Amino acid sequence: MKSQSIINTVKHGFLAAFFLTLPALAVAAGGDVHLDKAPVNLNNHESLQRGAKLFVNYCLNCHSANYMRYNRLVDIGLTEEQIKNNLLFAADKVGETMQVTMPKAEAKAWFGVVPPDLTVEARARTADWLYTYLRGFYRDDSRPTGWNNVAFANVGMPHVLWELQGQQVMKTEEHVAADGTKTESHHLALDKPGVMTPAEYDVAMADLVNYLVFMAEPAQVQRKKLGVIVLLFLGLLFVVSYYLKKEFWKDVH
Amino acid sequence: MKNKVEQCMAGALTWVDQRFPLTSNIKAHLTEYYAPKNFNFWYFFGSLAMLVLVLQIVTGIFLTMHYKPDAALAFGSVEYIMRDVSWGWLIRYMHSTGASMFFVVVYLHMFRGLIYGSYRAPRELIWLFGVGIFLVLMGEAFFGYLLPWGQMSYWGAQVIINLFTSIPFIGPDVSEWLRGDYVVSDATLNRFFAFHVIALPLVLLGLVVAHLIALHEVGSNNPDGIEIKAHKDPKTHIPLDGIPFHPYYTVKDIVGVAVFLMVFSAIIFFAPEMSGYFLEANNFIPADPLQTPAHIAPVWYFTPYYSILRAVPPIFNSQFPGVAAMGLSVMIFALLPWLDRSPVKSIRYRGSLYKKWLALFVVSFIVLGYLGTKPSNVWGVFDASTWIVGGADRATIVARIFTLTYFLFFILMPWYTKKDKTKPVPERVTA
Repeated sequence: MKSQSIINTVKHGFLAAFFLTLPALAVAAGGDVHLDKAPVNLNNHESLQRGAKLFVNYCLNCHSANYMRYNRLVDIGLTEEQIKNNLLFAADKVGETMQVTMPKAEAKAWFGVVPPDLTVEARARTADWLYTYLRGFYRDDSRPTGWNNVAFANVGMPHVLWELQGQQVMKTEEHVAADGTKTESHHLALDKPGVMTPAEYDVAMADLVNYLVFMAEPAQVQRKKLGVIVLLFLGLLFVVSYYLKKEFWKDVH
Repeated sequence: MKNKVEQCMAGALTWVDQRFPLTSNIKAHLTEYYAPKNFNFWYFFGSLAMLVLVLQIVTGIFLTMHYKPDAALAFGSVEYIMRDVSWGWLIRYMHSTGASMFFVVVYLHMFRGLIYGSYRAPRELIWLFGVGIFLVLMGEAFFGYLLPWGQMSYWGAQVIINLFTSIPFIGPDVSEWLRGDYVVSDATLNRFFAFHVIALPLVLLGLVVAHLIALHEVGSNNPDGIEIKAHKDPKTHIPLDGIPFHPYYTVKDIVGVAVFLMVFSAIIFFAPEMSGYFLEANNFIPADPLQTPAHIAPVWYFTPYYSILRAVPPIFNSQFPGVAAMGLSVMIFALLPWLDRSPVKSIRYRGSLYKKWLALFVVSFIVLGYLGTKPSNVWGVFDASTWIVGGADRATIVARIFTLTYFLFFILMPWYTKKDKTKPVPERVTA
């Protein structure tokens, strides 16, 4: 009897949690946000290397990439020596994965959530979402961090790159149509400039997203190259097998 | 010298044949198995299903060598396979793409049976074994989908297992027994792993063997839906319209294999996620029991049945009618041999009535499949003032209509197949 009531409590708690989190998630998912197209180019090693540097310097303090090994960066044109000298702050050996030292419990206390692992974030979120998100922070004094984001409403993460981008604010404009109806439109405006110009910042974020896309699946360039060869081989197999079949079927009437 | 080698080989074969029916089996199933000579495009999918089965087993064995069936390690071990295991990404993509392609091939194979009446007497058992294969395959897909331990894996399993809760009286105990816990957890992952890698594959292989034995006992149907065994050569007793499976259909199937592998490889190498239909974006987020994704949808091959589940309204606050309808929508295929009362088997000689019903069924299946991938408010709601359906989700009403037509295809079959005006059937197969 008692165990049955526990089961029921657990079940009801589950359902309640399920329905309570629905609206919050709908906001977090932000399905109706317009996403800017990320200029991803995995063959541009310079962009990938700049992106890797940004990632290690800014993201890797709080976000881990637990399944990404430092020495996999040789795939984007770096030598192990270069990786060791320039990018290896949080690890001792080049074969290690990109861990963070920040304890999860403290992270949760600071930001409200544990910063997610970013290894495959580009596959979960898409490159366009990341590109919009990284350029979409604006000042919002109602938030504990002082920051909000157009792609991820009420995000727990502060704008780590504000020194580079500067501070954006959300401007609201009221439009009065000819028939007197009022509509509002919102857009971001740069309030205080950063170290980079807006164009430079866009390029930097394109590099970072490019790197995140690479990191989400390091084998993808090799995959596509190999795919061409495989399809050519299968094309040949098709031609040979087609004529073989034709030869055998000559005597079927 | 050559003669000596030949003698030696023949001797070895005789030695084996005296102890094991090797030559007689090769004859019975390949070189002297006479298949109708008029197989068309639709007849590639049986051998292709065998190919995908073998690919799934072989890639599955290699994945098992590196995968960790442990809630704390599973997600990471899949990424380990994708990154650190030599050719691991290829093996994993072959397996994940193979799962979807298995259903593509099997659905086309089943459709072939539908249009040419391959389930009709004397092939009812072939069909029943086939329905069994289809059910086990769905189980394989469901259990396997939990293993990457992503958000969709987790919540998909949670939703499906919770369906069993709605069974009257025993439901809650059954779903708890399936999970091995109050929620989907490590215990669930471990047992699903066991089901996926050994229990169901064993059943699947057994059913495939039974499917083939039954097929080779009665012989293959063909696009004309007539029996080639009715006209045999009086001397050799070989069907006049039959040709040996080997070499004729082996060389023909190789052409089909080449084309299939081109499609298969194009997906694996250039679009392994298939825009989220084969690998869902949410499944790249590790399973989190405390955070429910906003939209939980099954993988595309389950969506027609999932749509039916959602379309049936609850009765007395119980979801059971929907669950029962979903179960029935899959099981009802087994009744086909006894629902079809037409004097002809093949669509070529059926009348327009059957063709219209079949077309309606195909449309129902596709629309239900599409709607199952979307939230039920995808098409908005009817205006509150609309007659009867005011305020209801448009997509839900559409799904209800097509759920009805889906079932009517089966339920009315005895009536419309009997009433249909059929055409005369030829004596011998046509080209």
